[in-house]
Amino acid sequence: MNIWFFNACVVFYALGTLKYLLFVVLLREVLAKIALLAVSTGFVLHSVAFLLRYLEAGHTPVTNLHESLSFFAWAIVGVYLAFYWRYRIKVLGPFISTLALILIIPAMALSKEILPLPPVLRSYWLPIHVIFAFLGNAIFALAFCSGILYIIQERQVKSKHIGAIYRRLPSLGVLDEINYKALTFGFPLLTVGIITGSIWAQYAWGSYWSWDPKETWSLITWFLYAALLHQRLTVGWRGKRAAIMAIIGFFAILFTFLGVNLLLKGLHAYTNW
Amino acid sequence: MDVLVIGINHKTAPVEIREKLSFTGEELERSLRRVLEHSEFTENMILSTCNRVEIYATTQEPEKGIASLKNFLADYHGISLDEFERSLYVHLGEAAIRHVFRVASSLDSMVVGEPQILGQIKEAHAIASQYRTSGIILNKLLHRAFHVAKRIRTETKIGNSAVSISYAAVELAKKIFGTLKEKAIMLLGAGEMAELAARHLVAAGVQKVVVVSRTYGRAVDLAAAFDGEAVEFNGFLERLEEIDIVISSTGAPHFILCPDDVQRVIKARKNRPMFFIDIAVPRDVDPRVNEIENVYLYDIDDLQEVVDINRDHRAREAERAEEIVEEELRTFCHWYTALEMVPTIVSLREKFEEIREKELGKYLSSAGQMTPKQRRALESLTLAIVKKILHDPITLLKHSDPDADTSEYVDAVRKLFRLEAEGGGENQGRDDGD
Repeated sequence: MNIWFFNACVVFYALGTLKYLLFVVLLREVLAKIALLAVSTGFVLHSVAFLLRYLEAGHTPVTNLHESLSFFAWAIVGVYLAFYWRYRIKVLGPFISTLALILIIPAMALSKEILPLPPVLRSYWLPIHVIFAFLGNAIFALAFCSGILYIIQERQVKSKHIGAIYRRLPSLGVLDEINYKALTFGFPLLTVGIITGSIWAQYAWGSYWSWDPKETWSLITWFLYAALLHQRLTVGWRGKRAAIMAIIGFFAILFTFLGVNLLLKGLHAYTNW
Repeated sequence: MDVLVIGINHKTAPVEIREKLSFTGEELERSLRRVLEHSEFTENMILSTCNRVEIYATTQEPEKGIASLKNFLADYHGISLDEFERSLYVHLGEAAIRHVFRVASSLDSMVVGEPQILGQIKEAHAIASQYRTSGIILNKLLHRAFHVAKRIRTETKIGNSAVSISYAAVELAKKIFGTLKEKAIMLLGAGEMAELAARHLVAAGVQKVVVVSRTYGRAVDLAAAFDGEAVEFNGFLERLEEIDIVISSTGAPHFILCPDDVQRVIKARKNRPMFFIDIAVPRDVDPRVNEIENVYLYDIDDLQEVVDINRDHRAREAERAEEIVEEELRTFCHWYTALEMVPTIVSLREKFEEIREKELGKYLSSAGQMTPKQRRALESLTLAIVKKILHDPITLLKHSDPDADTSEYVDAVRKLFRLEAEGGGENQGRDDGD
């Protein structure tokens, strides 16, 4: 059953993304509305899929690549919807939905079988650690998208290209504010994610920190964002610099999340992928 | 019934003529009523703005109506027709409806897409309906025109781009800062254009205005106008730190702001962005300032370029707007033709009903005793016959192709059944439709 809902939600995400891209080209407001509706519907179906899978599996379904990709996509869409509710920036929609789709399509191809939970993962810390970490990551995904838009828009304004792109993109002020807000929300979440992970590691592996590649890379990511936050608050790193940092930071997140498991071996590589 | 538009605008007549033909608010009631004194008009309204004077009317006799309106304009304003007849344009029927739609949507304006005209035409219509000189047709036409204007505003980007230098500066500021609330601006030198831009910025939410001028008295005067603060020219660099937007228009022969100064200021501001609008010629701000991070500099040529691009953009959006006008025109004409048919359909029905009642009466008086049941049967039989006979012709009249010339049908029906000349049309026309 959860697979059915999952597939349905992918269909809606795909529809939403398509409409969003059409909106970017044609600039018809109605397309953005349809897209938002499709993505929101997809999000609801996605949530149901999670709930069902949770009930079927008996544990939080974030224990293999299919589940984690899917959860990441879910968190990104959820964070975007929450941000949209506050800022009403339609132009982020196409980027966010594309990103969610890129994450969820491989999830579709991977094995969706529910496997018995390895003993090491059987803990209350599993949902806590994963939810905090992914929520933080999802917020940084938003900062990543707004960072890209900032770089593009800043170029337009600086070089006085007052064309189609300039018109379509939001103001630099708003994009920079998203960067800042994402940082203030995302950083604490990421921090809590790492700390809970470390506590859990103490229970599971008997040591708070064992320098396995995943831990190392998440620390690197944490330092990147900590540096950005610090510079932002003290010397006013904003605008282009903050945007570039948000982009680099998100690549670090992606590497921590995927690259480490695919390229490096470590304690976190517990499942059959 | 035809819609008739007669008028002059900024394209056809210079201001000397337009001002002679204009109507003022207080006398509008009298003017509207005087038009209706001509028996060929059933409804009318007058739109008089600084760029156009137009009369909208509905009439059965367009030829006569055009002549009367021309003479009315000449008589009313006490000038000879020869003086302005060449500048007049006249639209009839579909062309008139299209014209009203285009005027309301600002497609006929001096600056295409500027929204003021919609308010003016709304007011003109409100006055006409207050004095009840507009009726079912003009009311419907104007409401439709407001709808078209609104649709064009939301579906095209025709009004979205600034087409004057000072507005272009405001729009750029919004694209840089997002909101202008609580931003501070500095006027470096006080020219007319700088003042205008400052006025727009204050209207957009700017909180603080600092005025700098080489003649301190001038700065004080101008600062007072904006509820702002005047600063001596020598002290402006120290104040720059608290300023987000600088509008520079001094008569200095060389740059008064160099990259090093701005670099220092931006550092002190912790990189909060700054926007320099340099409308001075020769320029006040070294163009290299634009290379500093979080600093944006636009000189007068840059702004002019933005305005030119925006004008092109509006022209392109106007093409889409014209398509919307044509689409709405078809819908409206459909309603309009159906409306035209109404009097004919009504008199056709009346005529048949009259014949039925008369013949039925004759029969009943000669047929002798009859049970109420038989009477009722006879009644419904005759009613059914009339209804069946009229069904096809009425359906044809109601649903005739809006593009075809419907007056032919109306004429044919009227001649075939010898219907009287359109009676009651005037009353019906004056009835407030919506």
